Amino acid sequence: MTQTRTVRRPAGGADAETVPAIELAGLTKSFGAVRAVRGIDLTIAPGEVVAFLGPNGAGKTTTVDMVLGLSRPDEGSVRVHGMEPGSAVRRGLVAAVMQTGGLLKDLTVEETLRLTASLFADTRPIGEVLERAGIADIADRRVGKCSGGQQQRLRFAMALLPDPELLVLDEPTTGMDVGGRRDFWAAIREDASRGRTVVFATHYLEEADAYADRVVLVSHGRVVADGTAAEVKSLVSGRTVRATLPDADVFALQSIPGVESVEVRGDSVLVSSTDSDAVLRHLLARTAAHDLEVTTRGLEDAFISLTSEGAQS
Amino acid sequence: MTTVDRVPGQRQRTVPPFGGFNATLVRLELRRMLRNRRTVIFSVVMPVVFFLLFGTGKSYSDESAGRGNVAAFIMVSMALYGAMLSTTGGGAMVAVERSQGWSRQLRLTPLTSTAYIAVKVLVAMLLGGLSVVVTYTAGALTGAHMDTSVWVVTGLAVWVGSLVFAAFGVFMGYLLPSENVMQILGPGLALFAFLGGLFLPLDQMGSTFRAIAHLTPMYGLNEVVHAPLTGESPGWAAVLNVAVWLAVFVGGAVWRFGRDTARV
Repeated sequence: MTQTRTVRRPAGGADAETVPAIELAGLTKSFGAVRAVRGIDLTIAPGEVVAFLGPNGAGKTTTVDMVLGLSRPDEGSVRVHGMEPGSAVRRGLVAAVMQTGGLLKDLTVEETLRLTASLFADTRPIGEVLERAGIADIADRRVGKCSGGQQQRLRFAMALLPDPELLVLDEPTTGMDVGGRRDFWAAIREDASRGRTVVFATHYLEEADAYADRVVLVSHGRVVADGTAAEVKSLVSGRTVRATLPDADVFALQSIPGVESVEVRGDSVLVSSTDSDAVLRHLLARTAAHDLEVTTRGLEDAFISLTSEGAQS
Repeated sequence: MTTVDRVPGQRQRTVPPFGGFNATLVRLELRRMLRNRRTVIFSVVMPVVFFLLFGTGKSYSDESAGRGNVAAFIMVSMALYGAMLSTTGGGAMVAVERSQGWSRQLRLTPLTSTAYIAVKVLVAMLLGGLSVVVTYTAGALTGAHMDTSVWVVTGLAVWVGSLVFAAFGVFMGYLLPSENVMQILGPGLALFAFLGGLFLPLDQMGSTFRAIAHLTPMYGLNEVVHAPLTGESPGWAAVLNVAVWLAVFVGGAVWRFGRDTARV
């Protein structure tokens, strides 16, 4: 992983430099027969902005819950700034913005923050977090009357109160419109620029690409890739062309520029390529292929191929 | 890419005292409770209205009931009714907060589960206390008479006794994962009150009915809180009734609460 952010630690915080913000080792968690997390090892350094990217059901929320001490792993260990998650939470070292719920509709925005602040030993001023979350103008509004986006900013403001070293966001923009999404991320990005560690779970590749320095791909409860957003993007670019073509000449197809893989399934052939136009031209001009279909390779496909590759090696 | 203006190493991070329990929290919780119109109507307005309807201006109102008059007797019953609705509702707020995900949110703060329940019970008892004070004030203004000491003793007995129902509320709050928990509990409480003899004297009923009624959770408490007024001993069956139901509700609340916090 390439760290693009400069994180300067003061002399007094020498320990903070060596102690990871998050350290997961051999983490597993099952719910009955469902193995949600199947062995995750991950270390996140202070100051990193990391996207936890994966399709729904990949085990992102389960992992986030364990990092926050909301659930306990079956096996393995979780350390947050060298502590048990619960200790880190009680000291205000880690705060989170959860997907939904977690608000009392009958309190106002300002009361919610005052209540939350009263629970911590030490917090930032309420006016300051209202300002930074961009909700100072709706401080007196009842939570139940706030839009989804406003409620999410309130959750963000609540998370800012203890001035945490680590901010965890679980699918924070679910249900927001495009404008709300952009504003929300602008606030997060601006906050992260102050040196806070930010880890967010998302199933939007674009969000991971735009806002994270490092992307950790999870699928079926495992980390299947870990790198910069650009590296991950290249894994999921390209298209797949499917055609009905009995007795396909696999070698000829593989020699088309841009082709990554060719798979024959009965009378069908599936060609994965970064240049689908060239594949189509070849198929139509030089073969008897018919019933052509072109599909964009989504994250889902990338995950599946990555997981199966991992299983083979 | 950016310069860092936070200096995390410099802050001494501490855990708050008393598991996060604090006066601001109690004050905001109380305000929330009083903001809920339905809670106020059921806990404070209704007992007063019932008292005014059944306890005042009747031929029996000024008859003797021991160390006071019948109006005072009915006032004590209605205060108990209000206090029980208040404390049950206060305790049952747990269900609402669980269904809204607030309990989960609180687990991302230093507030301990014990402190959380302590706040719920305290706020429930404060509302119960308000209900008793309002009903007694209405009684004092409309012809309820008791010896001065009986005002104090019955008032305190009603208030402290309603703690049984705060435990009941918390128990139900953990048992029923519903946002509309009071809509489920409301009819049940009315039935308990009826069987407990809060609305009609039980000696007007048949013997089978009375035998069943004596086993229900409001019967014992109703007998005990009226004892200082009537001057009669509440009887061992009533005291046992209170003790058993208190044990059942506290035990149930502790059991469900333990399961809830172990659910990780």
